[in-house]
Order: sequence, then structure tokens, then C-alpha cells
Amino acid sequence: MLHLTLFLVFGLVCVAGAVNLLAQRHPINSALSLVVVMGALAGEYLLLGAEFLGAVQVIVYAGAIMVLFVFVIMLLNAGEEARFGGSRVAILLGVPGLLTGGLMITWVLLKYSGTGAVPLGALPGPPKEIARLLFHEFLLPFEVTSVLVLIAIMGSVVLAAKPDQIQQSKEER
Amino acid sequence: MEALGQISTLHYLVLAAALFVLGVIGVLTRRNVVIILMSIELILNAVNLNLLAFSRLYGLHGQVFSIFVITDAAAEAAVGLGIIIAFFRNKETVNVDEVDLMKW
Repeated sequence: MLHLTLFLVFGLVCVAGAVNLLAQRHPINSALSLVVVMGALAGEYLLLGAEFLGAVQVIVYAGAIMVLFVFVIMLLNAGEEARFGGSRVAILLGVPGLLTGGLMITWVLLKYSGTGAVPLGALPGPPKEIARLLFHEFLLPFEVTSVLVLIAIMGSVVLAAKPDQIQQSKEER
Repeated sequence: MEALGQISTLHYLVLAAALFVLGVIGVLTRRNVVIILMSIELILNAVNLNLLAFSRLYGLHGQVFSIFVITDAAAEAAVGLGIIIAFFRNKETVNVDEVDLMKW
């Protein structure tokens, strides 16, 4: 019963944060509510028994990525977003589409999730086993990911540099 | 359905679907490109929750996959925010409807 209560509390915080993210007009408020969502999701991960992923979620997502977002929002100093009325076609097609999609998701979940409850005491997720998988079975994807991160670092440095600086360094060469 | 009081995988799937739909709504309706990027992070989190819920049933591979997803999200955020800064320097705006340089 305690687990269900915790699940519901974290889930409600999660969904409320996500709704608040969409409802707020200033980007900084959205970013802060996204931090709340990340924290609540870390709680859900702990309930699932994935302690390592919960820690990674807090450190990488709520820590690093969201700090990057907040930093960029402060840097741009963009004001509030102007509201605009949606087009009639979007409402006429979008609301039925949303309802249909929701019904389909519900139907698939109810029909095909023949997955029983798992006892919460016997859950996987020790870092040792994850590390063994990551560095043995998934060694090649791991290395490819490191190349991806390297490319992303170089790309963001090039994108964020001032154009005249790039020109200058080319002329020096 | 299981007895009340026990969390099944279905609970997590419903939560992940809700987060995913909210992220899609954010991507489709908002104009600020920073908020669109944040909605994409929300979608990636929903995917992570699904992976973890199924990794509880089928072994640890889902957790390793979600580590890869988090790495990709970090790379995507870095590059996306770099693009936003470069664009803001040129056009002084972050609204997607004013980004029509390549519009035919």
C-alpha cells in the first residue's frame, strides 16, 4: 500500500509539473517545473528499483541539462510568449485526433499488458550489473556514444562561437 | 487486473503515456523554441520510464538503454541550445513562427 501511495504521489507531481510546463508563459517557470518533473521521475525510478538510474537522473538531467537550459534562458533574456488563438482547423482536427489517440493508447494498454505485478523487494538495478552489461555486451554502442558526445561538443562550440572569431582563427592558420 | 495496492507495469505505462502526450502537445502548440526543446526532454523521459518499467520484467538491458537515451538527451540539448544561441544572435528572436528563412 505504501508503494502505491508513493507511486501516486510521485506520478501526480510528475503530471502536474508537466502541465505547469505547458501552462506557464515565461520560459524560466517552465524550466523550473521541468526540474520538478525530473525529480519526481527519479522517485519513480527508485520505486522501480533502478537506484543507479535514479541517481543519474538527478545528477545529469536535473543537474546538468536543466542548468544548461536555465543558463541559456537567462542569456537570451527572452520575454513572455504572446498568446494566440489557435486556428479553427487545428481545433476541429486536433481534438478528435487527440481523443482517438488517447483511446487507442488505452485500448492497447488494457488489451496487451498481460504483465503481472512484480514483488518490489526483488528488483534488479545494481550498478555492478549495469556496468558489466555496459562494458561487455554494449561496449561498441558505448564507444559510438562517446564519439557522438565528442561531435556534439565540437558542434556546439562551433555553433555558439561568434562568426568573426571563426573567421579570425581561419586567417591565423 | 491486479489487486489494488500493488503497482503493475500498467501503472507505469499509463504515467509514461501521459508524459509523452503532454510533451507532444508542448512541441505542437508552443512557439518558444526553448520550451519546445524542454518538451522533447519530457518525451525522452517518458521513453526512459517505459524502458525501466519493462526492464523490471525482462532484465537489465532496458536500464542500459536508458543510459544511452540520457546521453543522447544531453548531446541533443547542447547542440540545440547552441543552434538557438546562434539563431538569436542573427535574428533577435526565439519564436519558431518568426524562423522562416528557409520557407519556400
